[in-house]
Amino acid sequence: MVAVSSWGRLWQWEHDVKFLTDRRQVASVIRTSNPGVAHGMGRSYGDVCLNPEGALWNTTGLDRFISLDEKTGRLVCEAGVLLRDIQRLVIPKGWILPVTPGTQLVTVGGAIANDVHGKNHHVLGTFGDHLQHMTLLRTDGEVIECGPQLRRDWFSATVGGLGLTGFILTAEIQLRRVSGPWVDTETIPHENLAEFFRLADDSEADWEHTVSWIDCISGGGGRGIFMRGNPSFAHNEPKLTKRGVSIPLVPPVSLVNRLTLRPFNTAYYNLKKWQAGRGVVHYEPFFYPLDNLLEWNRIYGPRGFYQYQSVVPRADGKEVVQAMLHEISSAGRGSFLAVLKTFGNRESVGMMSFPCPGVTLALDFPNKGTRTEKLFARLDAIVQEAGGRIYLAKDARMPRSLFGSGYPKLENFLPYRDPGISSAMSRRLMGY
Amino acid sequence: MALNRKKVVIIGATSKIAEHCARLWVTESPIDLVLVGRDLAKTELVAADLRVRSPSSSIHCIQADFLAPIKIQELVDGIVRDGDVDIVLIAHGSLPEQHPCQEKLELCSAALNINGVSPVLFAEAFAGHMQQKNRGTLAVIGSVAGDRGRKSNYIYGAAKGLVTRYVQGLQHRLANTAVKVVLIKPGPTDTPMTANLKHTGARLASAEAVAKNIVDGIAQGTPVVYAPAKWALIMMIIRHLPKVIFNRLDI
Repeated sequence: MVAVSSWGRLWQWEHDVKFLTDRRQVASVIRTSNPGVAHGMGRSYGDVCLNPEGALWNTTGLDRFISLDEKTGRLVCEAGVLLRDIQRLVIPKGWILPVTPGTQLVTVGGAIANDVHGKNHHVLGTFGDHLQHMTLLRTDGEVIECGPQLRRDWFSATVGGLGLTGFILTAEIQLRRVSGPWVDTETIPHENLAEFFRLADDSEADWEHTVSWIDCISGGGGRGIFMRGNPSFAHNEPKLTKRGVSIPLVPPVSLVNRLTLRPFNTAYYNLKKWQAGRGVVHYEPFFYPLDNLLEWNRIYGPRGFYQYQSVVPRADGKEVVQAMLHEISSAGRGSFLAVLKTFGNRESVGMMSFPCPGVTLALDFPNKGTRTEKLFARLDAIVQEAGGRIYLAKDARMPRSLFGSGYPKLENFLPYRDPGISSAMSRRLMGY
Repeated sequence: MALNRKKVVIIGATSKIAEHCARLWVTESPIDLVLVGRDLAKTELVAADLRVRSPSSSIHCIQADFLAPIKIQELVDGIVRDGDVDIVLIAHGSLPEQHPCQEKLELCSAALNINGVSPVLFAEAFAGHMQQKNRGTLAVIGSVAGDRGRKSNYIYGAAKGLVTRYVQGLQHRLANTAVKVVLIKPGPTDTPMTANLKHTGARLASAEAVAKNIVDGIAQGTPVVYAPAKWALIMMIIRHLPKVIFNRLDI
């Protein structure tokens, strides 16, 4: 047994880890060691990728490309390939992943199972929107080939399906043309949420990437830094200089606390405000600002941290986000990384996908036990009343009632589950 | 095959470390690459991945029996006949569990053969050709385990110690030629071979980082490459620990 934790570092649970390296052998491993669940980089925050005391099928050794058609931009690869390796392979050839989350250190399988999104959701949707095909292995030995036009029901159960419908073995992704590794950016400070929404709406038509960092300490008013970007046609920009710095140890207490949050938020806001304007940056710092700070999740100390990411419908979006920010600041809590983004007006491919038309707010909180739980209960009430949902890739604690109201297609999804696959999250939220 | 391209041969090409070395080589520039493995189908999976990474490299897979001296000689003669070799990386091996090796001599013998004798036979088969052509770099993956016998893995350590002493001799033999011989000693690395070590919570180096050390060491012709480099210091201490202290350590 090996102790494994997820990105939130809330638990260290023992698992029977099976390291997979040969895709021809996956079927026999999952047939003989279930119930288990696939586990890639462990970058999801909560319990979606964990199966304490049971089998964990580690996919990071299934990291081979299978084919790339440089004319059409169709890439076929094993599910353990990292998005980083895809970007590094295809960008010099004039292609790019259409959708990528805030870290490139995730596997293709994880990106599918959580149907991840990025700053360009309003233009290009989710990761699942760009899949052409998938091979899914069931623990009973059945092989299911599916895609947007092939066994569509299996496809939409598996995209965003939390790895519960079978083992995702390989995937075919439609890449997108790009002229180089740079992004044209513009940074605009905003004083409140009304300004944020105006900026977001004004940017939707002409800017592919939009997102805002929110200073949620200062009175809960929603001041922040709005960032927008477009693929750049620049081609003589300086090369990226890579310097990965690692957080070397777990500090005894969270470094994110009352003493540090206010100065950090104030300093960050003012620094960015001062740097506001246009620029050209490399895609890596633009898309993946924290990837060079290796193991940054350690700063929250030995008890780990939670991420709370919700989406609420656009109609009352401003009031609902305002109410959440107010709860946080009146609880004296704050979040280092508060991120606000409007989603596009489109339904996701997956039955259990998170993105839907509305506005999403993501927040980090150090684990302070009951105090944190109480705050979450108040936030849950706001989200539930607004008809919103919580992102399962981030969740470690949502109550079943909120899960039920947030994911109305659950009943359609359950028949597609593989009886040989189970995770801590599936047991917590679905009962098995 | 293009004339001015580097020709690289990897024995044990499906090993995780070797695969990462190959990825680094093909992304540097297109090469002629020969992948030798026990399991041809698995070797082809590795080759397909490398062809995506470097469509203009020429990649050829060969199945081999790693324990048959005559077949090894024929295989190596065949590879060399197709053109001079710039780099040979001998990377195969399998980490046995110590206790079963103590109990069953068949297991002990198999572990010694695959980790010790076999790499030496391959190296010896290439060395003659390379000496004759007076060019190329011959790299063999040993292990820090070969530096001092320890109760937790001395059968594997003995096989790797054999490789160490062999390479030392070969370096002496080829000292006055242009052929470079490199001994690589990885510390515990995150590969399928070490899956068991994770039980102990050991921090393992990534196969990717170790491969980078190896590719750099080969490019420079460094005689002994510890990967990662910190193992040079750790093993110097382990080698020099007095017996009274060493024998009390549970390592």
